[in-house]
Amino acid sequence: MTELSAQKVDQALKPPRNQWWDVWDQFKTHKGALAGLFIFVAIILAVTVGPWIWSIDPTYVDIRARNQGPSLAHPFGTDQLGRDLLARLMAGGKVSIAVGMTAMLLSLFLGTLIGVVAGFFKRVEGFLMGMTDLFLSLPLLPLLLLMVTLFREPLSQRFGPETGIFFLIVFAIGVTSWMQTARIVRGEVLALKEREYVLAARSIGTPSRRMVMRHILPNVMSPIMVSATLGIANAIITESALSFLGLGFPPDFPTWGRILFDAVDQMQLYPIRVILPGVAISLTVLSVNYIGDGLRDALDPRIRGR
Amino acid sequence: MLTYTIRRLLIAIPTLLFISFVIFMLLELAPGDPLADQPLTVPPEVREKMRIALGLDQPGWVRYLLWLKQFFWTEPLYMIDGWLGTSFSEGGQRIISWQFRSPAMDVIWQRLPQTLWVVGLAYLVGVIIALPIGIISAYRQYSWFDQIGTFVSMIGFSVPTFFTGVVLIIIFAVKLQWFPSIYDTTLEVTDAASFWKQVKQMIMPVTVLALFNASQISRFMRASMLDNLGQDYVRTARAKGMSEKVVVLKHVLRNSLIPVVTVIALGIPTIFGGAIITEQVFKVNGLGQLLIVAIYANDLPMVQTLTFMFAFLTVMFNLIADILYGVLDPRIRYD
Repeated sequence: MTELSAQKVDQALKPPRNQWWDVWDQFKTHKGALAGLFIFVAIILAVTVGPWIWSIDPTYVDIRARNQGPSLAHPFGTDQLGRDLLARLMAGGKVSIAVGMTAMLLSLFLGTLIGVVAGFFKRVEGFLMGMTDLFLSLPLLPLLLLMVTLFREPLSQRFGPETGIFFLIVFAIGVTSWMQTARIVRGEVLALKEREYVLAARSIGTPSRRMVMRHILPNVMSPIMVSATLGIANAIITESALSFLGLGFPPDFPTWGRILFDAVDQMQLYPIRVILPGVAISLTVLSVNYIGDGLRDALDPRIRGR
Repeated sequence: MLTYTIRRLLIAIPTLLFISFVIFMLLELAPGDPLADQPLTVPPEVREKMRIALGLDQPGWVRYLLWLKQFFWTEPLYMIDGWLGTSFSEGGQRIISWQFRSPAMDVIWQRLPQTLWVVGLAYLVGVIIALPIGIISAYRQYSWFDQIGTFVSMIGFSVPTFFTGVVLIIIFAVKLQWFPSIYDTTLEVTDAASFWKQVKQMIMPVTVLALFNASQISRFMRASMLDNLGQDYVRTARAKGMSEKVVVLKHVLRNSLIPVVTVIALGIPTIFGGAIITEQVFKVNGLGQLLIVAIYANDLPMVQTLTFMFAFLTVMFNLIADILYGVLDPRIRYD
């Protein structure tokens, strides 16, 4: 009897468990998501820490060692200019993932801002949602191609070819992919606004800004996180598609899409050079999609604990 | 319903005007010079004359209004003339593509069949294989079929189409030599042999796109079926003693198809524009490839016309999807 109550007291005295641990517990049960997380972390480590270990310069041209097959000196072989493919893949991955992450952050920022403002302030809702619908009915890929081709010259002159095009591509992907997030966030905010705790907060005179930052935003985190994973996947695919069409980064600046594009001319002789960057893109996107799938399940309290 | 449709159609007009304006401004602000690829030996006064011939000496808004008039007035008249043999469009100035030196719409009509055949067929095949997969996956949720279906569709929309296309080319065109790697658009189907050749060259691009479309649509189908399978009316139907086949294929399927049909309608505009990459991989000279070439060549009238056509289709099919949703689902009433 006393033992039992002691246990209960113990439990009551323990600090409450952080809710993110519950999310993590649910996330762990999704095998695919766990594998996806593992692979994604491995890829990120490979492209960030990798170049320190495999220190060949990805742009070093060794024309005598061109078109080599896999060997100890070059595990993935070399390309038509004798550049080491492993080093190029690592350098390319860093750019591709950086573009994906930054574009995702931009699109999330825009989407969340527009979604929260549209959901919270009735006056601008019609205008903002009209704009969202307008953006949804734009032909995105053609416009993206247009933006990137038209503005690459002036931007690369102003900021240098690499930074200029990085900004351009991130901006182009960001402004064409925020609409889904905005719609989801607005829906959530509209539902949250009717909840009692928001009413309570309002009744004690919380100003709108703090209301959004303290009460609304933390509660729309889960749909935002799911859109974030989908956003990374989308941005990586779009960037590599642009590079594949020859409209991405300059030729001497490797990204996965660009390496693939450069190898397509010689794919009959050296198929491995096409396969490797393609597999890298696909694996990254697949793992991110699985993480998103797992997160969606884990963040949904209705199916947690099943 | 009718008032809703009319209202949406009226809203679509300013939307389309705005989109066309945005596209025009984008092209206007762009620094590219349409005469940049002319040889440097062309003297400046001739260059100036060429500029005037292209209409570039006019201010931007004049060119925009001219384009609007050409697109919405002269071009439709030409189309009517073509069909009926009338001559309404006599003397009207058409949209001239700078790189082809011929009316942009004529080039577009030439390219349309290739895109429709390859991409349209791929969409159709995608839908046809996606629906049964989605239905079975949902009905046997978490079975091995569902697990494999989920995995394959995850791969289907994670692997970019340019990579699947290139892999198929390496396997089937380079190694096995079953299919040609380049789509031959000059091929005319006259007999069985040329028909077989046409089929062979279409298999790979259609497979790539169909896999991509099927993976998305089967996900929607599965989710929609799962939503409906748990509903009360399904339990009622089963309690009435109806056979499982009738319950699933009549009651559940019909209700589940409502959102899926709208998703399919929403995807149709991508048939025209979204297959840009696949057309590039297999060298199909369809609309997507036309757009890329026009962008490279700084052919502004062509880019403007094509992009606006894609926008027009997107807006229209958005509208059709919304109306279909209301027609199919009596619970949804817009007015």
